[in-house]
Amino acid sequence: MSAAGQLALIGRRSVSRTFRQPVLVVPVILFPLVLLAVNAAGLASITKLPGFPTDRYINFAIVVCFVQGALFAAITAGTELASDIQSGFTDRLALTPARRWAVLAGATAGGASIAVFGSVVYLIVGLIFGVQIDTGVLGAFTLLALAIYTALAFAGIGAWLAVATGSPQAVQGVFPLLFVLLFLSTMNLPIDFIQKDWFKTIAEWNPLSYLIDGMRGLVIGGWDASTLLPAVAVATVIMFVTFAGAAHSLRKRVQRT
Amino acid sequence: MSGTTFSVAMAVLRRVMIQTFKNPAIIIPSLAFPLVFLIAFAGGLSTVASVPGFSFKGGYTAFQFVFVFLQTGAFAGIFTGYRIAEDYESGFARRLLIAAPHSRGIVLGFVLSGLARFALTGVILWAIALLAGMTVLGNPIEILAMWLLAGLLCIASALWVAGLAFRFQSVDIGSFMQTPVFILLFLAPVYVPLALLTGWLKVAATVNPVTAILDSARGFISGEPTKIALAFGLALGLAALMGLWAALQLRRAQRGVA
Amino acid sequence: MASDNGIEVEGLVRVFGDDIRAVDGVDLSVAPGEIYGFLGPNGAGKSTMVLMLVTLLPPTSGHATVAGFDVAKQGPEVRGQIGAALQESALDDFLTGNEHMDLQGGLHGLSKNERRTRGAELMERVGLSDAAGRKVGGYSGGMKRRLDLALALLHRPSVLFLDEPTTGLDPQSRSALWAEVERLSREDGVTVFLTTQYLEEADVLADRVGIIDHGKLVAEGTPTALKAGIGQVSLEATPANPNDREKLAAVLSGFGEPAAASPKSVAVRLAQGAEQLADVVRALDAEGVEVGELQLHQPSLDDVFLQQTGRSLEGDEEEAEADS
Repeated sequence: MSAAGQLALIGRRSVSRTFRQPVLVVPVILFPLVLLAVNAAGLASITKLPGFPTDRYINFAIVVCFVQGALFAAITAGTELASDIQSGFTDRLALTPARRWAVLAGATAGGASIAVFGSVVYLIVGLIFGVQIDTGVLGAFTLLALAIYTALAFAGIGAWLAVATGSPQAVQGVFPLLFVLLFLSTMNLPIDFIQKDWFKTIAEWNPLSYLIDGMRGLVIGGWDASTLLPAVAVATVIMFVTFAGAAHSLRKRVQRT
Repeated sequence: MSGTTFSVAMAVLRRVMIQTFKNPAIIIPSLAFPLVFLIAFAGGLSTVASVPGFSFKGGYTAFQFVFVFLQTGAFAGIFTGYRIAEDYESGFARRLLIAAPHSRGIVLGFVLSGLARFALTGVILWAIALLAGMTVLGNPIEILAMWLLAGLLCIASALWVAGLAFRFQSVDIGSFMQTPVFILLFLAPVYVPLALLTGWLKVAATVNPVTAILDSARGFISGEPTKIALAFGLALGLAALMGLWAALQLRRAQRGVA
Repeated sequence: MASDNGIEVEGLVRVFGDDIRAVDGVDLSVAPGEIYGFLGPNGAGKSTMVLMLVTLLPPTSGHATVAGFDVAKQGPEVRGQIGAALQESALDDFLTGNEHMDLQGGLHGLSKNERRTRGAELMERVGLSDAAGRKVGGYSGGMKRRLDLALALLHRPSVLFLDEPTTGLDPQSRSALWAEVERLSREDGVTVFLTTQYLEEADVLADRVGIIDHGKLVAEGTPTALKAGIGQVSLEATPANPNDREKLAAVLSGFGEPAAASPKSVAVRLAQGAEQLADVVRALDAEGVEVGELQLHQPSLDDVFLQQTGRSLEGDEEEAEADS
C-alpha cells in the first residue's frame, strides 16, 4: 500500500473518532463564537478611538476565532495521539507495514479536521453577522486557507507534545498556557494601540500576533504582503519544527526494528 | 445555630485548610484565571480608557482589577464546592452525611473554607496589583465594603457548586459548575462602563445582577461609592437564593443516603 | 504458510535504564505449530519478552528469530509473518468492529474486496458477526479480546503472539478463546506464543510451558513433565464414620508419607503415584473402613513455581511490569 493510502486510512479513522465525540467538537464551535460575541459588543466603543482601522469591532475580532480553532486543533490532535500511544493503538499500527510518519500525521488528522470545520462555521457566522472582508471572495477563501494551514501547523505542536510525553493529561495541561499566549497577543487591539510597553513587547514577539495580523489584514485593509507573508512564514516554521520534533521523538517512542 | 453545627463546620474548615497548607499548589487554579485576565485586560486594554465617554477616576488598572477581584471571589467559591464533589467520589462526603446529623454544618464548613481560600488569593491579587502601581482612591471602609461584596459572591458560588455536588455527586460536571458563573461575570460591563456598551450585551448587562455589584465595587475603589444598597441587596439575595438551592439538594441527597 | 514458523531465542536480554534487567538471558525454542505458554507473575518480564519478539522493542543483547527471521535485523519480514494481540485496551472505542478490520486490513495491503470478505469470515469465526457494525466501546471484555484475536489473524500470520489473552475474562469467554487458539494450532499449524499468569491456562492450553521469574527462565517443559518432576500425587480420604479416622490413618500410612489434610480427613503422598489407588481401595475394604470421600491431588504448576522460586505464583502482584 502506498504511503498516501496509509495516511488516508489512518487519517480517516482519526477524523471518524473525533467527530463521534461531541465533547471534542462542541467547544471548538462554541468557545470562539461566545468570546467573539462578548468582545464584539463589549469592545465596540474602542472603534471610536482616533485611527482605529475599522468602525465595526467584529471585523477586527473575527480572525481571533480562527486562531482559537487552531489552538483547539493542537490540543485535540495531541490528546488523541497521546491516548493512542498510552492505549497501545500506535503499537497496533506499528505491527502493520504502516510507515512511522503516516501513523503520526494520520493521528493528528482529527484535530486538524475539527479546526477546518470550525473555520468554515466561524466564517459563515461572521458573514451572517455582517463581517465585511475587504479583499472580497478571493480574500475569504485565502483567509480560510490560511486558517486551515495554521491549524495543520498547530496540530504539529500537539503531536510533538504527545509523542514527547506520551500522556494525554500532560498535553491538556498545556492548553491553558496556549490561551495565555493568545491573550498576550494583538488579539484585542492593534499593536500601536497597546499602551503598556511590557505588554507591547510581549505581543510583538508573540508568534500568534503575526498569525492574527496576517488574517486580519485580509479582512481589514486589503491585500498586503507585509502582513500576509509573515503569517505564512510563522505557520510554516511552526509546522516544520513541530513535526520534525515529533518525528524525532517518535523514533524513541516506537523503537520498531 | 447549634453548637454541633458550628463544630462540624469547624471540623470541615480545618480539614480543608490542612489540605491546602499541605499542598499549596491547589490554590493555583483559583489564582491563575484572575491573574491572566488582570494581565490581559489591565495590561493589554489600557487604551480603552481613552475611548470618548470613558471616565473612571481610578484609572483602567483599578477598573479592571475590580472585575478580576470579584471573579477571584466567585472562583474561590467554585473550587471549594468542587472539593465536595471530589469528596463524594472518594466516599468521604457520604460518610460525613451519615456521621454528622447536622449536615448544615458541612455546608457551612465548605462555605467558610471558600471564604478562607478567597482571603488568601484575594490578598495575593491585591499585592500584585499594588506592586504594579494600581491607583486606590477609596478609604479603608470603602475597600472593606468591596471585600464584603466579593465575599458574598464567594458564598453564593460556593453554595451553587455545593448544590450541584449534592445533586450529581461527581466531579464530571466540573465545567458545568464554572460555565454559568463565567457567563454571568462576562455579561457584565467588563471592558467599559455600562453606558458605553451597545446592542445585545447592553441589554444583558442591564438585567444582570452582577452589573450593579461590579459598578458598586468600582465605586468603592475609586472613592465614589454608588448603588450601595442595590449592590448589597443583590449580593445578599444571590447568596440566600443559592443557600436555598444547596439546602434543597442536600435534603434530596440525604434521602438517598438513608 | 512458512515452512519454518518456529521461534528460536538465545541469550536474549533487555535492560531498562542502567540496571533493570527485565529479561535476563532467556534461551528457548518453540517448534512450528506448537502452543508455548510463557508463565510468570506480574513484572516477571513476560511482556518485555513479547515486545522484543514482535519487533517493537530492540533487545539489549542476544539473538532471536521468529519464522526464520531475525527480530533485530529483519523487522518488516518478521511482522509480515506474525499476528499479535497485545493489550485489551488497544482498540478504538469509537470505531466499529468492521472499521477496525478495514483499517488494519488496508494497512496490511488487502484490497477493499479482500478486506470485506476476510473481515466477515473472521468476525464470523470469533462469533462477532452480529456486533460487527457496533462501536467497540459497547463491547464486553470478552468481545474485545475476540475482536483483537480476529484482527491479529487478518493477514494470515504463521506465528501468533498473545499477551495475557484472557486476563479479566469470565470463565465462559476464557474457554471459548482457548478453543479458538487450540484450533488455530491444531488445524492451521499456527505457532502460538502466549503469556499468562494463570496456571490453569498454561496447563490446559500449552504444549510446553516456560516459567519466567525476575527475567530468567526457571523451568521449562510439558505441563505433565514439570508437575511430575515435583513429586507425588497425594490422596485425601474422609471416613463415612468420623470414629473410623484413626483406623483409616493406619491403613493409609502403609502407602506413603502423611500429608496435610483437613481435620476430618487423612492424606498421604502416594509413593508410587496414582496407580496405587486401586490397592488403597482394596486395603480399606479389607479392613472394613467405609470411606465417605476420596480425592486425588495432582501437583500443580504452582507447586512447580513454588519449588523454583520459593514463592507462590497466585496472588503475587507486588511488582509492576517494567515498561519503557
